[in-house]
Amino acid sequence: MSTDDGGNPATGTAVGASPGTERRPAGGLDGAAADDLFERLRGYEGRPAAAAAHGPDPVNTVMIRHWCEALGHPVPPDGSAPATMLQVWTMAGPAGGGTGRAGPYDELLRALDEAGYTSVVATDCEQEYLRPLRPGEEIGFDAVIESVSPRKTTKLGTGYFVTTRMEVRADSEPAGTHRFRILKYRPAHRPGAGQQVRDTETGGSKPQDTASPQGKPALGKPHDSRPQDAKPQAGRPLRPRPVVNRDNAGFWEGVARGELLHQRCDDCGTPRFPWLPGCNACGSPKWTPVASAGHGTVYSYVVMHHPPFPAFDPPYAVALIELDEGVRIVSNLTGVALDGIRIGMPVELEFLRVDDELVLPVFRAAAGGGA
Amino acid sequence: MAGPALTPREGDELPPLRIPVTRTLIVSGALASRDFQDVHHDAEAAREKGSPDIFMNILTTNGLVGRYITTWAGPRAVLRKVAIRLGAPNYPGDTMALSGRVTAVTPPPAGAPGSEGATVEVAVRGANRLGAHVTGTVTVTLPAAGPGEGEAA
Repeated sequence: MSTDDGGNPATGTAVGASPGTERRPAGGLDGAAADDLFERLRGYEGRPAAAAAHGPDPVNTVMIRHWCEALGHPVPPDGSAPATMLQVWTMAGPAGGGTGRAGPYDELLRALDEAGYTSVVATDCEQEYLRPLRPGEEIGFDAVIESVSPRKTTKLGTGYFVTTRMEVRADSEPAGTHRFRILKYRPAHRPGAGQQVRDTETGGSKPQDTASPQGKPALGKPHDSRPQDAKPQAGRPLRPRPVVNRDNAGFWEGVARGELLHQRCDDCGTPRFPWLPGCNACGSPKWTPVASAGHGTVYSYVVMHHPPFPAFDPPYAVALIELDEGVRIVSNLTGVALDGIRIGMPVELEFLRVDDELVLPVFRAAAGGGA
Repeated sequence: MAGPALTPREGDELPPLRIPVTRTLIVSGALASRDFQDVHHDAEAAREKGSPDIFMNILTTNGLVGRYITTWAGPRAVLRKVAIRLGAPNYPGDTMALSGRVTAVTPPPAGAPGSEGATVEVAVRGANRLGAHVTGTVTVTLPAAGPGEGEAA
């Protein structure tokens, strides 16, 4: 097993947050060559990233205090290290301190470098703490390359996610686990100015609280304490505007009056939604608008976590609501914990003022119907 | 900040914490976590690599999430698990607003030490002006509640 200098055995050559949006189309390494690369990379799954490695320093009060001061973190009164320092004890530092780096991980990163995927960002960190680390304890660890993703195109660029899992020991006792994911990706061209990145991200993507599609739990803090409200942004993206045309204008006029209207065929009586010029059942162009009483049930739903869209604040629930009048409408569900949503739960119509110009019909869990 | 006065309940929101993302915090956090990557302290090098400025490293973010929960839960609480995912970078001059919501509360298992209280799962989000910098889940075991607040065993 070869040993290379530099970097951290757990994390490769860099540890960081995503450096913004780097817009770059997938380039010349696509296609069959890249698939071959993936096959090669997969061969590293299950191989060691670090073996019988040691942290360069034992757990010590100086590093604990330094770290706490830098982060504004309270120093644990019992003298132990803050749990979230776990990875710190394994970091090799610029001189490649510590021992036990395993060759396969370096080979994997080098293969990616050589294929043009030279940038790296850390994307995920999952740690479990089995017991506190105390000053004087020696840190040992082993790490394995857990998985390599197929090539993915992300906002940063195109590349591969590499996940490692590390077992950390303190004085030879299991002390914690540390799963770490990086994205090795093709670097963007140098932006002419930093502005480019900010432009694509848009300053101020936080919606106003009223735009949040996620209902506030009953026990929640008052709206004005929500952190994302604190910084009004002139350029804040608004929720998308509805496209209003001749066929659906009546619906939006109803919303403006606080009515949720669907259509009922004058010839066969079939209700329909969304608004269409003719009846799905009999083809008749004659119809009458009908206001819903606003009672319905969840027919189906999803909870949106990813990807984030400007002006939306994930996670939030998107539901297909079946109204008592027999039509279904896609909307947001509010007033219920996202894990408390159930198919069939009763909901009530309400109107959400999203911004100065936009009101939308949404549905709230009916009393007694939610978690 | 006072800890949870009573055993938290599912749906409770934590007091928010706003952390100014200063250049000093980014650099000192990176170095205190032994992360010497230039993109966390050298703006010129960061620009060379396509970033508009230096940005916070994941170890600092992880530590700030730990700080947020520890400050709320009190010094006797024990972190069990921290799982985070990064989104928009934390650049200098921004502010990260941390918020949290209790998503699960589990009473101490039978046979747990008397000092051990409920184990609480908190969904954490740290937002800056670009969006969500970090989202994640923290599991923390609280100390046993004070007299009169004890959980039925």
